Amino acid sequence: MRVGVITFPGTLDDVDAQRAVRYADGEAVPLWHGDHDLKGVDAVVVPGGFSYGDYLRCGAIARFAPVMQEVIEAANKGMPVLGICNGFQILAEAHLLPGALVRNHKLHFVCRDQWLSVENNTTAWTTRYDEKAEILVPLKSGEGGYQADQKTLDELEDNGRVVFRYVGENPNGSRNNIAGITNAKGNVVGLMPHPEHAIDALTGPTDDGLGMFLSLLDTVVKA
Amino acid sequence: MIDTVKNAENTPDQEQPYRELGLKDDEYARIREILQRRPTDAELAMYSVMWSEHCSYKSSKVHLKYFGETTTDEMRSKMLAGIGENAGVVDVGDGWAVTFKVESHNHPSYVEPYQGAATGVGGIVRDILAMGARPLAVMDPLRFGRPDAADTRRVLPGIVAGVGGYGNCLGLPNIGGEVVFDESYQGNPLVNALCVGAMRVEDLHLAHASGTGNKVILYGARTGLDGIGGVSVLASETFDDSAGKRKKLPSVQVGDPFTEKVLIECSLELFEKGIVVGIQDLGGAGLSCATSELASAGDGGMHVYLERVPLRATGMTPAEILSSESQERMCAVVEPGNVEAFMEVCRKWDVIATEIGEVTDGDRLVITYHGEVVVDVPPRTVAHEGPVYHRPIQRPADQDELQANTPDSLPRPENLLELVKTMAASPNLASKKWVTQQYDRYVRGNTVLAQPSDGGMIRIDEETHRGVALSTDCNGRYTKLDPYEGAKLALAEAYRNVAATGATPVAVTNCLNFGSPEDPGVMWQFEQAVKGLADGCAELGIPVTGGNVSFYNQTGSTAILPTPVVGVLGVIDDVRRRIPTGIGAEAGETLLLLGETREEFGGSEWAHHVHGHLGGLPPKVDLQREKLLGQVLVAGSRDGMVSAAHDLSEGGLAQALVETCLIGETGARVFLEGDLFTALFSESAGRVLVAVPRTEEQRFTDMCTARALPWRKVGVVDPESNALEIQGLGELPLDELREAWEGTLPALFD
Repeated sequence: MRVGVITFPGTLDDVDAQRAVRYADGEAVPLWHGDHDLKGVDAVVVPGGFSYGDYLRCGAIARFAPVMQEVIEAANKGMPVLGICNGFQILAEAHLLPGALVRNHKLHFVCRDQWLSVENNTTAWTTRYDEKAEILVPLKSGEGGYQADQKTLDELEDNGRVVFRYVGENPNGSRNNIAGITNAKGNVVGLMPHPEHAIDALTGPTDDGLGMFLSLLDTVVKA
Repeated sequence: MIDTVKNAENTPDQEQPYRELGLKDDEYARIREILQRRPTDAELAMYSVMWSEHCSYKSSKVHLKYFGETTTDEMRSKMLAGIGENAGVVDVGDGWAVTFKVESHNHPSYVEPYQGAATGVGGIVRDILAMGARPLAVMDPLRFGRPDAADTRRVLPGIVAGVGGYGNCLGLPNIGGEVVFDESYQGNPLVNALCVGAMRVEDLHLAHASGTGNKVILYGARTGLDGIGGVSVLASETFDDSAGKRKKLPSVQVGDPFTEKVLIECSLELFEKGIVVGIQDLGGAGLSCATSELASAGDGGMHVYLERVPLRATGMTPAEILSSESQERMCAVVEPGNVEAFMEVCRKWDVIATEIGEVTDGDRLVITYHGEVVVDVPPRTVAHEGPVYHRPIQRPADQDELQANTPDSLPRPENLLELVKTMAASPNLASKKWVTQQYDRYVRGNTVLAQPSDGGMIRIDEETHRGVALSTDCNGRYTKLDPYEGAKLALAEAYRNVAATGATPVAVTNCLNFGSPEDPGVMWQFEQAVKGLADGCAELGIPVTGGNVSFYNQTGSTAILPTPVVGVLGVIDDVRRRIPTGIGAEAGETLLLLGETREEFGGSEWAHHVHGHLGGLPPKVDLQREKLLGQVLVAGSRDGMVSAAHDLSEGGLAQALVETCLIGETGARVFLEGDLFTALFSESAGRVLVAVPRTEEQRFTDMCTARALPWRKVGVVDPESNALEIQGLGELPLDELREAWEGTLPALFD
């Protein structure tokens, strides 16, 4: 399994995403923002950080990066793509996922260990989890509030496209406690919390996040 | 008109605003003597910033020498670079070198909390980068005035957001630090920033410009009018006539963490390619500092073409370009054959890089602007041979009175159980989660321990599992009561915190925050604290590898509590053996208290919070005991005998129990002997609360006894109870305790 991990200037969690891929016995392939080339990978992770500084709306510049044009094309053809935190914001800006991520309702950056419930275990990235399983992974973001119009929310809810939901107190004001969603095909998933920071109880709160990368392994092997 | 050297020679009697720039009459006279003429505007700007207290250490230098005098060859054996470099470097084994340093950014943070704190982080990170190391983590010791004061509500949220905003965007985990409240910091909060980085031993880079013909390259952000400070005196004179009025920018710099992140990755790629001869960050005093220090430390002179510096404002004078403290800039010395390779890497990262000069024969730093010489100085006189002062020293007249005013007569409370809760909710002891949850502690995936642990721990090698631990500490009340012992106590606590994680302490850094050096009483505190810290380090056998002095922290004539913040670095062979702070990791655990408890309440949190009292003497410090305690903890970690450890400090055993239960989300039953008030709230040093699995209890206590470390069984962990029960007093449900401990800061600042 070869998994591309994109680095934009200002990307921060690329090393963590690469490590998570390795922990799942995959090969992590660094992808550079300026390249029009996915290097023949089986899947792509758009990691967290502050792409190009994110001084505009988060992800608004990154969606125009040369490498993203390749990601959009591949995703539309069914390649598994995962956007974590800034990566989720970028996938939303690129219209691979609906809705938008806005400033946390209390206006502070929030870094905490967050319980999530797995709402959909049929996507390319979540098959290793039991449905309604509760997992504990770090959340760390200043603009993590998920927003969408009612029609979009209904569509997500009615079609099981909410993949993760916050358990307990809503940390950022997300509508419907949404932490992560998927596209209609289930190959593109975006979430604000960081599964790549929860792959080893030594350096994370748990290893609950590893399941996402192992799920990908199953998906790729099957394909 | 630009003030050139020629012009200065022709107009020897021209009046110069040296006093407005902070230079004394005799300092200005010395500059004229060195140059054998009056300085140009640009030279005056350079000397005035480089001879400032902040850059020249002119009041502290004579005292700081004592650190070197007390460092033995054995202590120095693991040191690869020490005081005088951008940051100290220590060999930590497996071919790894670790560099760490803490610096103050107090005054800018008071003026403009967000940017002041943000650029404090940025500056210390560049110091670490300039040693050739990848920055790994940051921590921020912060001190504020009364928590309920209006101005604290102004500065604290801004400073915390600034530390987080910059550090989070830079991608460095924040793994510890302090938040302390005391009235003395009301008009002068302390914002200290620490960074730790690692490199392979052979990759160490030192700041010097050597090799005639080598090129000097400025790279990173453009140079602007921000952070110019006092030099704007020169600007206004030059510009009011010719260019009309122009908007002055604030003297606090503005940070751009994205540019810094790119600068870090770009620099690390340059180091990796081996195309950098010397490197220097641009911090305080900007290009003045970088060019004079590089040239001064090298073996030749330097020629800089100032008009080549990329600017972000029009019409900047040479003096302004030299003094600008615009952030996110570095200066490198590169062999001519490598310049193109250097530029190639910078282009990849979209970093602006400009060849601004070259290393020359001779010993002058010559700076030209469009062909005219505006600076021609011996660089050592700017960078390393500034003024040195022997300031008057006088033990304050009221020191005896302060020490005689002991807490012995303060009324003791009747309801001790209630006091446990009251103290847990007091601003200094309350959970700092409101602050630390605004900091990313996970990024890069190497954080093994972070706040609220006793020390932060970072893995530096994923193959060997080697890591380092860090803690910063200082109790300014102890230092006020006795600066010599207080500094030792700060060292002892940081040392103990590091040992409590299972790491072996190996090196020390410091950030010495004091009032005005022109006050003989403050200089006495300073001298005593330096002596105490140096003597303490000698006794522990670990060297001071660097540090920072911040003077003039006072409001009017009232100085802050003397605050020598001490940072201790420890090494752990295998981070998987780290000791957590919370109990409950093992099925059955016994609680042991290591060390001795005496009735010591001078400078205590109880006297401060309940009675607003400060007097008497601080707790006794026994560094041999601290060393033994450290050895026992490290052995306990290595052999898997200790499942949790928490250092006892402010708030005593009561606070340690509350924290270990709440962090571990596990209850405990505690039984104490003797006077329960002393047992619970005394702040005797040299104590650690440990949890040991029942199966290891005998082996561990045998080891303590064999090594003559006093220990006492004080309780058992009780996973079923969800309460802290203190025999003879009653029970405190953990929910109630958590509400008290975690509720205080949100109530104050949300």
